[in-house]
Amino acid sequence: MTALSAIFIRDMRLAIRVGGGALMGVLFFLVVITLVPFAIGPDLALLNRIGPAILWIAALLASLLTLDRLFATDHEDGSLDLILTSRAPLELVVLAKGCAHWVTTALPLVVVAPFVGIFLNLGGRAGAATVLTLLVGTPALTFIGIIGAAISVTLRRGGLLLAVLVLPLTVPILIFGVAAANAAVSGPIPFGTPFMTLCGLSLASLVVGPFAAAAALRLEME
Amino acid sequence: MRLSGTDLTCRRGGREIFAGLNFAVSAGEALMVSGRNGAGKSSLLRMLAGLLHVTHGKLDLADGDPDLAIGEQAHYLGHQDALKPSLSVAENLEFWVGFLGPAIASRGDALAAVGLDTIADLPAGYLSAGQRRRLSLARLLAVKRPIWLLDEPASTLDAAGQRRLRDFMRAHLVAGGLIVAATHASLGIDGAQELLLDQLSPAFAQATGSFGDGEALGPV
Repeated sequence: MTALSAIFIRDMRLAIRVGGGALMGVLFFLVVITLVPFAIGPDLALLNRIGPAILWIAALLASLLTLDRLFATDHEDGSLDLILTSRAPLELVVLAKGCAHWVTTALPLVVVAPFVGIFLNLGGRAGAATVLTLLVGTPALTFIGIIGAAISVTLRRGGLLLAVLVLPLTVPILIFGVAAANAAVSGPIPFGTPFMTLCGLSLASLVVGPFAAAAALRLEME
Repeated sequence: MRLSGTDLTCRRGGREIFAGLNFAVSAGEALMVSGRNGAGKSSLLRMLAGLLHVTHGKLDLADGDPDLAIGEQAHYLGHQDALKPSLSVAENLEFWVGFLGPAIASRGDALAAVGLDTIADLPAGYLSAGQRRRLSLARLLAVKRPIWLLDEPASTLDAAGQRRLRDFMRAHLVAGGLIVAATHASLGIDGAQELLLDQLSPAFAQATGSFGDGEALGPV
């Protein structure tokens, strides 16, 4: 247990220090969201309709942005060798790293989402629903992305491969996340149906992600 | 405790690095692995650490902890120092002690032993190569593991650092530890076993033969 808290605390520290990914993800998220109204123009009805989708796509790209370095830095400086030979189960180490990544990268997005939602004319009920879907849906993005990060760990420019591998797998999360946010505003389906499916996807990826990523890491290190 | 390898073969990238390797080291003994570049010194250590699969032959640890793999009872000190430049010296050590734990020496004592206690708050990114190596060594002192796998441990250390390393290794052996070190230079451990990998790598024998005869490298 101390091993897992040690790695969780280390990854948190690394993310918030200079060169860490925490601030970069949020800034990227803000920039993308800010650009959309400029591109689309002051059509409030349209912005409101596509708002949840824009927030979701921006969150997806922002979490991918920093994910490719998750194992790559540990691989380059030799930390991964020590992690692989340690007594701590690799699956749980991956889980701890994923949780640290979610807390430092995805959670700040959820926190700023209500404010940047204003740019997209997402106030009140629509804004709250979108933020709620982001809160329960972003763990799925992190833990599906972590598999791609583990597969591309030994590649120099793994970020590109990561995007190609991971983005298709995130389609269901995107569909149910945006569907739930839309359902809260306009219907016709109740909010609960897609929202519960989104929760299910998150929980499933929380279980599958660490095992798949750990298996990929063991295979890569040969 | 006795670590032994029988008829070990190492293949990497489909090429045979060494074959038919036999060795045995008991508690309190050191094994110095030498050989030219590419002879498989690092591969042997990675094999012992469990980072490379043993494709042929057998690795065995007698009287160790039966529930743990060899690598889990060993400290592996590779070419890379496994340090994060944005964390301070103390934070780097604190992480590895917490991760590998439990600690047998306090963080301050371990840093003092390697001579880094005065710069404990400095980010590791500012350290020189030798200081980075010293910080990696602090990990070996702070957490107890019976087996030390050292890959060129002295390569970046200054004379004082090499003396300290020799003292650490001697103390580890006296305490009943076991050391396998890949090295070009003598580390000054009395009574250490020598293992020369050169004769065991058939794929390279011809190539080095021609270098040894002093032939010029012709156009390939």
